[in-house]
Amino acid sequence: MTYKLNGIQLNEFFARVASDKKLYLPVDTENGARFEEWTEGKTLSSKLNTVRSAKDFFFPQVQGIVDFKLEGKNIEVIDRREEVKDFVVFGVRACDAAAFAVLDRVFLSEHVDSFYAEKRNAATVITLACSNPEETCFCSSFGIDASAPGGDVEARLVEDALYLSPLTEKGEAFVESIKDLLVSADDAVVEADKALIKAKIAKLPLASLKPADLRDKQLETFESEAWAELSQSCLGCGSCTFVCPTCQCYDIRDFDTGHEVKRFRCWDSCMYSDFTLMAAENPRHTQPERFRQRFMHKLVYFPMNNDGVYGCVGCGRCLKKCPVSLNIVKVMKRIGGVKNEQ
Amino acid sequence: MQKVMLERAKALLSDGTVRAVLAWEKGDFAYDTTPAVFNSAERLEKGFVYSPFCGANLSKYLIKETQKEGKILVFLKPCDTYSFNQLVSEHRIKRENVYVVGVECKGMLDIEKIREKGVTSLISASWEGEQVRLVTADGEILADSSELMQERCLCCKSKKHVAYDELLGEEGEVLDSNRFDEVARLEAMSAKERFEFWRGELSRCIRCNACRNVCPACSCEKCIFDNPDSGVQNKAAADPFEENLFHVIRAFHVAGRCTDCGECSRVCPEHIPLHLLNRKFIKDINELYGEFQAGETELPREPLTEYKADDVEPGVVYERGAE
Repeated sequence: MTYKLNGIQLNEFFARVASDKKLYLPVDTENGARFEEWTEGKTLSSKLNTVRSAKDFFFPQVQGIVDFKLEGKNIEVIDRREEVKDFVVFGVRACDAAAFAVLDRVFLSEHVDSFYAEKRNAATVITLACSNPEETCFCSSFGIDASAPGGDVEARLVEDALYLSPLTEKGEAFVESIKDLLVSADDAVVEADKALIKAKIAKLPLASLKPADLRDKQLETFESEAWAELSQSCLGCGSCTFVCPTCQCYDIRDFDTGHEVKRFRCWDSCMYSDFTLMAAENPRHTQPERFRQRFMHKLVYFPMNNDGVYGCVGCGRCLKKCPVSLNIVKVMKRIGGVKNEQ
Repeated sequence: MQKVMLERAKALLSDGTVRAVLAWEKGDFAYDTTPAVFNSAERLEKGFVYSPFCGANLSKYLIKETQKEGKILVFLKPCDTYSFNQLVSEHRIKRENVYVVGVECKGMLDIEKIREKGVTSLISASWEGEQVRLVTADGEILADSSELMQERCLCCKSKKHVAYDELLGEEGEVLDSNRFDEVARLEAMSAKERFEFWRGELSRCIRCNACRNVCPACSCEKCIFDNPDSGVQNKAAADPFEENLFHVIRAFHVAGRCTDCGECSRVCPEHIPLHLLNRKFIKDINELYGEFQAGETELPREPLTEYKADDVEPGVVYERGAE
């Protein structure tokens, strides 16, 4: 079932949603599009995607866990878990929505990560179809359809009109809560929009890029000579990992402020020399090994452990942000990850 | 220029002068060039590129490359040669293992500025006097270069090659740059305004360390912030103030050695104007100790490491902020 706004403006729709729960959406800033809480006067970004990915909502860069306060012989333990209230995220693109599914496999599998789970449960995700995909986009390489981005509610803007299609129970409940703003829409409009977007995606320069199934070639991929050459120019910084919507590695650290200890979780990067550093030593001594780890994880290990699902969603952020333009597309092309269908 | 460079690289490789060539390699688009070590004429033929998107400063790669046996050819743009000299003076590059070919630079373009103009499907960009010709899949655009250049190139300090074994083109001259204008604007702020400006800018830091890792002045074998034994290792900060200090400490550490190559700001995924911290130090050094440009020579008189009896006492000269 698809609905459209009953003639009201987008901002009226946002105001209504925000009157009930906190609403986050991409807005334009001097430094690119960013997810911000909607307040009166803020408008939806015109950009295709945000600088930082939407994973921040569920897996923030820094998450306080517990504080230890020392007073005399006593240690006071302060739980830093904050109450999470229901919220709505509008304007998540197909790539980031697909990335949630990747993160879910990590954080919601057997040992559920409660910090992640409570935020994920509190969120209603409204995706937005990509009317104007960019040349750095390659979500289709991983079977992601930017014309049908998923989430709890799938939204699209067709000639400035907003269409909403609920996909989950949460999505149905959301639509129900604003039913008076909606009218039934013609599915033909949605189908035509999907076809238009698909046609645009087929013409993108990376449209023919397809990852190879390397699940049976773990060892030979690991031992490929390509890694040494590819990693030569890698600076060993964490830009790619930190703008990536699927990178999920973290570290738990204690920060001694002098009068208390703050235990927090923070993003980690396999590019860093102290990544997985253990008491004895670090299993990866050199940058080529660290570099290899990142791409083996996304293109080989993750699919091996997750029914063939890749750890990349083709959002293109690393293509834009790597200081030396060394990115997963170049890696896929080198390690036999390309099947040109044309 | 690209053709001349390619021929020269192939010639020096084939006559054995150099064992490899450190240059830029083309990517999937016009703008995604990557620094690369080419070890054969075939690879050079296939991937070598020199375009207005070759902003990456190659000098830092020489730390690793000159440890290897034999000479490596490196192409350096004028501003890269300052970093090169500085690294030589710090004994980080083995000068005898490198053959520097200086190449002209008319300024490098900022792909994000080009995207902002709505240009897509870029095939190539080339200089035409003060303008840039952008060839796209939909046609050609002639644009004013000042609108598309990287910030550091808009206030270029020097077109002079200060280190080379061979030049392709002119030696170039030091320019009259307005690069301190923005610093002066920050200096004119009240302490509170300035504090808020930097807190705001630095609040976007994601601690990816790209600024540090690309910086030719940041060449420590092990950064104190990566060292678990240092007691100040921080992967991410527990509180944002600590995060801000990372950048301030880094700026202090490279003071007097930073050549103002601008790589820190070029690579910042969050567009934090980190170069302004360094430029403030450079401006202060100029004002307190006389004009000094790090990397201008291989054996510099370094104001912060050289003591003179009549050195100023900066604490006396400068008041601590306006309020």
